[in-house]
Amino acid sequence: MSGIKELLRHYDGFDFDAFFNNLTLKDVDRVLAKDRLVPEDYLTLLSPVAVGRLEEMAQRAQADTIKHFGRTIQLFAPIYVSNYCINTCVYCGFNHDNEFARRHLSLDEVDKEARVISQMGLKHILLLTGEHPTKSTVHYMGDCVRVLKRYFSCISVEVYALTEAEYRQLIEAGVDGMTMYQEVYQKDLYRPLHPSGPKKDYLFRLDAPERACQAGMRTVTLGALLGLAPWRQESFFTGLHAAYLQSRYPAADIQVAPPRLRPCHGGFQAISPVSDADLVQYILAYRIFMPHSGITVSTRERSELRDQLIRLGVTRMSAGVSTAVGGYSDKKEEGQFELADERGVEEIRMMLKNNGYQPVFQDWHYL
Amino acid sequence: MNINHWEIGGKKLRSRLIIGTGKYADQSILPQVMQAAQADVVTVAVRRIGTSGLQENIMEYIPKNAVLMPNTSGARNAEEAVRIARLARAAGCGDWIKVEVIGDARYLLPDNQETIKATQILAAEGFRVFPYMNPDLYSARALVAAGATAVMPLGAPIGSNRGLQTREMIRILLSELPTIPIIVDAGIGRPSEAAEAMEMGAAAVMVNTAIASAGDPVKMAEAFAYAVAAGRLAYLSGLGKQQDAAVASSPLTGFLGRD
Repeated sequence: MSGIKELLRHYDGFDFDAFFNNLTLKDVDRVLAKDRLVPEDYLTLLSPVAVGRLEEMAQRAQADTIKHFGRTIQLFAPIYVSNYCINTCVYCGFNHDNEFARRHLSLDEVDKEARVISQMGLKHILLLTGEHPTKSTVHYMGDCVRVLKRYFSCISVEVYALTEAEYRQLIEAGVDGMTMYQEVYQKDLYRPLHPSGPKKDYLFRLDAPERACQAGMRTVTLGALLGLAPWRQESFFTGLHAAYLQSRYPAADIQVAPPRLRPCHGGFQAISPVSDADLVQYILAYRIFMPHSGITVSTRERSELRDQLIRLGVTRMSAGVSTAVGGYSDKKEEGQFELADERGVEEIRMMLKNNGYQPVFQDWHYL
Repeated sequence: MNINHWEIGGKKLRSRLIIGTGKYADQSILPQVMQAAQADVVTVAVRRIGTSGLQENIMEYIPKNAVLMPNTSGARNAEEAVRIARLARAAGCGDWIKVEVIGDARYLLPDNQETIKATQILAAEGFRVFPYMNPDLYSARALVAAGATAVMPLGAPIGSNRGLQTREMIRILLSELPTIPIIVDAGIGRPSEAAEAMEMGAAAVMVNTAIASAGDPVKMAEAFAYAVAAGRLAYLSGLGKQQDAAVASSPLTGFLGRD
């Protein structure tokens, strides 16, 4: 397998700075005049010089989004069921070496959380766990999914990298989507951030979305955790990964998310900070490169920014979120990261309507 | 006889414009759109029919006398389409089903082979099947043989607003399958393109994106209603043959002195 590894290898030693330095606004205009973009065009839109055409990019991104998705935003919430983790990702609040009271929900507790979330009106749910050989087994996830099916019409997972057979098991249990953040695409930068635990296997993680596609996963969401490595390269590799999977697995719905690092337990600071303007440039460039692909923005972003992003290519948003295990029933629990948008589902719903967008609570019903 | 009246799938209809419901910023505008379009058939994605939580129930915005054409959007193969169709019937959405089987997330092109399989199964179960298809004569014949009530060839990829890019193929379907209603679906971006499809002899057209994403969806719906009626009237009137240049009345046979 690993077609994506081969694809990324083309860019080993690629001089991004030289590429960017050779570009002029004329190159950006030429790309914006094209119907369909190739990867180099996408990289052109991610370049520093393209900042001079941000408004033009925004106009096109908005038009493309309305054409393919209409004025709609699909809403979902995450449910964290276990924060035991054997990995030591240096930027993550659930890092094995961080000391705090860990929690693992029983199926009754999952049911209780699910009820609270579904009472908020949501029908799409994203199940999250840390990585742990006895606490968060695939069997346990399957059991959680069977509980969640009582309340939700569409269930996705954001869990550690699994094998194709394990993805099949989850699909059989009722899972429709998976999210896999590679965190960092640049291999040499990945290693020091993931010093121990199974997650240090860069390649096994890199290939996980493709294994999910092979298992028949309906929706696959990719992303780099922005703030860990230079964002232009990371955004480029994320886009390449998405384009690769989309052309190889045309029936799958390949999406991306651009999560930015948030303050969390452990106090890790961003290595390569990403500004609001950077984030917007990434979203616009990706939308123009992949006009049919969904883009998710989570409550990692502040409300004022999220309210603006809905016009620029975003198609999915989380709402009413807790990133703590058991956090919907018990507000005191420790979350994976600090939220920047703490509005409830009803407030988000009204914000969307007031901005001329339809909040979509149900976009799929498991079969 | 009113030019817009026709019968299909056991229903008497007064309009040849079918309206979609996706992509609206605010679904509460649908009754006005339906009225302006004078449409009596409306298609709804079964996957979006939510009955609990905060999901606005789209069914509340669909006039009671409208004919519902639930669609299997989201299905990637025949099996999923069949399951979605059964869900729709179980939910009380009636016997009409628009079969959409799409295994390509980039161009959203329908998979004719899977569509034929689903049509066969569903028609045998008593559904009135309206398959969305890539206009290919062999597939269209197979759909008719499978029991389709109509066939719905695309004019251009969904949401592309590119018009009748498949014009010649649709023309062939119209000429070779005169007994099955042909409803042009997808790609129609402007009223003139809807008129063109009707002039060619399509039984009806289906429009979503062009109306939903218009600055004023209600006025655009009205514009489409006029265009569809105009196109139909032109078809019934017998269009003059197109010529590339001005032509003398009898350049080859004038010598016979019969003028």
